[in-house]
Amino acid sequence: MAGTGRPRFRSRKLTDKAAGAVFRASSLLSAVVLLGILLFLLLYGVRTFREVPILRFLFGTVWNPDAYGEPAYGLIPLVLGSLLSTAIALIIAVPLGIASAILISERLKGWVRVATKTLVELFAGFPSVVLGFFGLVVLAPFIAHTFHVPSGLNLLNAGVLLGFMSLPTIISVSDDALRVVPHSYREAAYALGATPWTTAFRIVLPAARSGILAAVMLGFGRAVGETMAVMMVAGNAAIIPHSLFDPIRTITSTIAIELGESAFGSAHYYSLFALGCVLFIIALGTNLVAESLIKREKRSFTL
Amino acid sequence: MTGHEPAQGRRLRRTRFASNYGFWALGIPLAAFLVFIVYMFAYLLRNGLGVISWRFLTQPPLNGMTEGGIWPCIVGTVLVTFVSLVFSVPIGVFSAIYLSEYAPANFATRGIRSSIRSLAGIPSIVYGLFGVALFVSAMKLGLSILSSGLTLGLMNLPWIIATAEEAISAIPGSFREGALALGTTKWEAIRHNVLPYAFPGILTGILLAVARTMGETAPILFTGVTYYTRQLPNSLSSKFMALPYHLFALATQHDQMMKVRPIAFGTAIVLLAFVLLFDVVAFVFRLRTASANKWQV
Amino acid sequence: MTNKITVEGLNLWFSDNHVLKDVSFAIPPNAVTAIMGPSGCGKSTLLRTINRMNDLILGTRVTGRIMMDGQDILADSTDVIELRKRVGMVFQKPNPFPKSIFENIAFGPRIHHLGAGSEIAERVERTLVAANLWDEVKHRLHDNAFCLSGGQQQRLCMARCLSVEPEVILLDEPASALDPLSSARLEELIGQLKKNYTIIIVTHNMQQAARVSDWCAFLMLGELVEFDRTDRIFTKPGDKRTEDFLSGRFG
Repeated sequence: MAGTGRPRFRSRKLTDKAAGAVFRASSLLSAVVLLGILLFLLLYGVRTFREVPILRFLFGTVWNPDAYGEPAYGLIPLVLGSLLSTAIALIIAVPLGIASAILISERLKGWVRVATKTLVELFAGFPSVVLGFFGLVVLAPFIAHTFHVPSGLNLLNAGVLLGFMSLPTIISVSDDALRVVPHSYREAAYALGATPWTTAFRIVLPAARSGILAAVMLGFGRAVGETMAVMMVAGNAAIIPHSLFDPIRTITSTIAIELGESAFGSAHYYSLFALGCVLFIIALGTNLVAESLIKREKRSFTL
Repeated sequence: MTGHEPAQGRRLRRTRFASNYGFWALGIPLAAFLVFIVYMFAYLLRNGLGVISWRFLTQPPLNGMTEGGIWPCIVGTVLVTFVSLVFSVPIGVFSAIYLSEYAPANFATRGIRSSIRSLAGIPSIVYGLFGVALFVSAMKLGLSILSSGLTLGLMNLPWIIATAEEAISAIPGSFREGALALGTTKWEAIRHNVLPYAFPGILTGILLAVARTMGETAPILFTGVTYYTRQLPNSLSSKFMALPYHLFALATQHDQMMKVRPIAFGTAIVLLAFVLLFDVVAFVFRLRTASANKWQV
Repeated sequence: MTNKITVEGLNLWFSDNHVLKDVSFAIPPNAVTAIMGPSGCGKSTLLRTINRMNDLILGTRVTGRIMMDGQDILADSTDVIELRKRVGMVFQKPNPFPKSIFENIAFGPRIHHLGAGSEIAERVERTLVAANLWDEVKHRLHDNAFCLSGGQQQRLCMARCLSVEPEVILLDEPASALDPLSSARLEELIGQLKKNYTIIIVTHNMQQAARVSDWCAFLMLGELVEFDRTDRIFTKPGDKRTEDFLSGRFG
C-alpha cells in the first residue's frame, strides 16, 4: 500500500504547490496593475513638458491646444470645471444623502428599507450615458426654459446630474457608517428616555462622523471621475465660467473629447496623459483618505 | 419640580413633535429622489418603447442610422464584455483565493489589498487612457475587441476580486479545518470544501460586474469601438459597435440628431434592459442563496 | 404600604415564542426586588417590559397590565419617553456614550430640559457623588468615558441613570461583567440607593440576590414560580422547584 500511495501523494502535493503559485501570481498581477497605470501615465505625461513649461500647464488659464500659432495648455479652466460641477453636485447630494441615510438606517424597517436600498442601488447601476442622455433631452430644455437662457448645456446641468449620480454612493456609504455604530449606544439613549430623532442626531451621527466624511469623499471622487454624462450636458467649452449658465469642460471630458483629435506623439497627445495623471492622483488621494476614515470609525468602537 | 412642570411639559412636547414629524420631513427629499428615479425610467420607456421591435433588435442600422436596428451594437457589447470576463474572472477569482486563503497578514498583503481597493476608485477614462497607451500602441493590438476587452477587464478586475474575496471569506473556518484534519492538501480543501459554497457569492459578483461593464463607454472609446462597421466583428482584432457608444453618438454627434432621437431612446432602453436584467438576476440570486445557506446564521 | 409597580397577568411573545407566561406580582417601593432564575427563563425580558425596551424588538406581543402609580405602563396611550425618564435602566455590559464623563451624564438632563448651564454641572456632581464615583473622576470630568475601568464605567452608567431623576431603577445583571471587587462596590451602592428609589435587579447569581435584595421573584421557563421576602425564600422556599434551584440541583 505504501508503494501505490506515494506517487499519487507526490502528484497531489505538486498540484497543491502549483495552485498556490498560480494564486499568488494572480494577486501580484492585480496589485501591479495599479503601479503600471500610474507609471504609464507618468511616462507619457512628462513628455508634455518637453514642449510645455510645467508652470504654464499647472497655472495657465487658457486651454486651447489646437490654436494656430500659440497652443495653450493651461489646466485652470478644466480644474475649475471639474471642481465647480462637483461642488454643485455635493451641495445637492451631501445633505440629501446623509438625511436619507439617517432615515434608512435609523427609522425604516423590514421590506420598506430593503425596497428603498434596492431602488437606490439599481439607480447606481444606470449607465452614465443613459443619465447623460436624460440630462440632454429633459434637463437641458427645462433649464433653458425656466431660467430663460439660450442653452441648457451648462455648469448647472452638469452639477445637478453629478449630484444625482453621487447620491447613491453617499447614501450607501453613510448607511454603512451608521449601522456600524454599536446598538448599545442607542439602547442607552432610549433607556434614558431619548426619542429616536434625538438619539439619531445627538448620539449615532456624531459617533459615525468619520464614516460619514468618508462617504462625502467617495461621493466627491465619483463626481470628479465621471466622464460621459458630463460630456453630454456640460456644453464643453474650455473656459472659466462666470455664471451657472456658462458651459464648462472638466478634466475627464477633455481627455475623452481630445484623445481622438490629437496627433499621436504630439505635445497635445501627451498633455492628455498629464491630465490623466492629475485625475489619477486626485482619485487615489480621495480613496485613500476615505479608507482611513472608515477604519478610524471602526476602531473608535473598540476602545 | 412642580414649579418647572408647565415649561418642561411644553418643551417636551416639542421634542416629541420633532421626533415624529422630523423623520418624515427627512423622508421628503428621499421620496423625491425615489420618485425622480422612477420618473426617469418611465420617461425613457414612454419615448423608446415604440421603437422597439424584433426587427429593431436584430437588424443593422440603415440609411445613415436613421432607420433599421441596433443588432451589431448588441453583438459588440456582448462580445467585448465576454472578452473582458475571460481576462478578469480567472485572475480575479485566483487573486481572491490567494488573499483569503494564502496571504500572510503582513505589510505586503495589506499593500496588495490597498492597491486593489484603490483601483476600484480610478475613473474609467483613466483606464481608457491606459488601454490606449498599453494595448493599442505599445502592444500593437490596435483598435480592436481585444484591446477594448482587456481594458474593460482591467477595470472590472477589482470589482470581481472584492466580491469574490467577500464570498470566500464568508465560509466558516470550520469547513477548511474539517477537510485538513482528514489529510487533504490545502488546495484540495479549498477546491472541495470552500469554493463550491462560495460559488454563488462569486457568481453574484460576476453578474454585477457584467451589468456595470456593459454600460461603460469611456474605456472603449479609443480602444476599439466605432461608429459604424459594415459587418459584424469576425475576429478579436475587428473594430466593433457598442450600445453605450451608439447612444452617445446618436444623441450628440449625428448630423440629423432630431431624426434619430427615437432610435436613441430605443438604444437607451435596450442598454438599460441589459444592465437591469443582470442586476436583478444577481439580486434575486443573492436573496435565494442567502436563505438557502443554513450555515449563515 | 401601596406597591410601586404591580404586574398583572403579563404574557409576552417574541413572534411565536411564548416567553413570559401569566406573570403576576407586586414590587414594593424603596426596596430592592431581585428577579432570579436559570438562564433563558425570561428574567431580562420581564425587566425590559417594565421600561418598554422590548418595543424595540420586532414581532413582540404583550397582554396583561403593569400598573405604576395607577396607570397601565403597557397601554397604547402611555408616553413611552416619559416612562423611560421615570424608570431608568443600567445594562449588563457598561455602555457609556463615546463622549466625556461630563457629557455622558449631561445628556439625559439636556434632552429632558432639566435645567441649564450651572444647574447641569451641579446635577453631574450630585449624581456622581450618589454613584460613589465622584472622588475618582472629579479632576478629569472631560476625559473620554472609555478611559475608565469596567467597574467605573458601570458606576458612570448608574450616575447617568440617576441624572434624569427616575423613581424606579432597573438593573439587568449589572455586575456580571465586573470583577468581584467592583461587584461588591456596586452592591454597596445599591444598598445606599434603595432608600430613595425602587430597585429591581435581575441576577443569575443567587448569593448576590441573597445579599442585596429585600424581596425575591423566582422565574423559571417564563413562569413566576415564587415571590416572597428574600429571607423567607432562601430559608424556607415554598415551591419545590425554588428549593431545587437554590440548592444547585439545576442552574
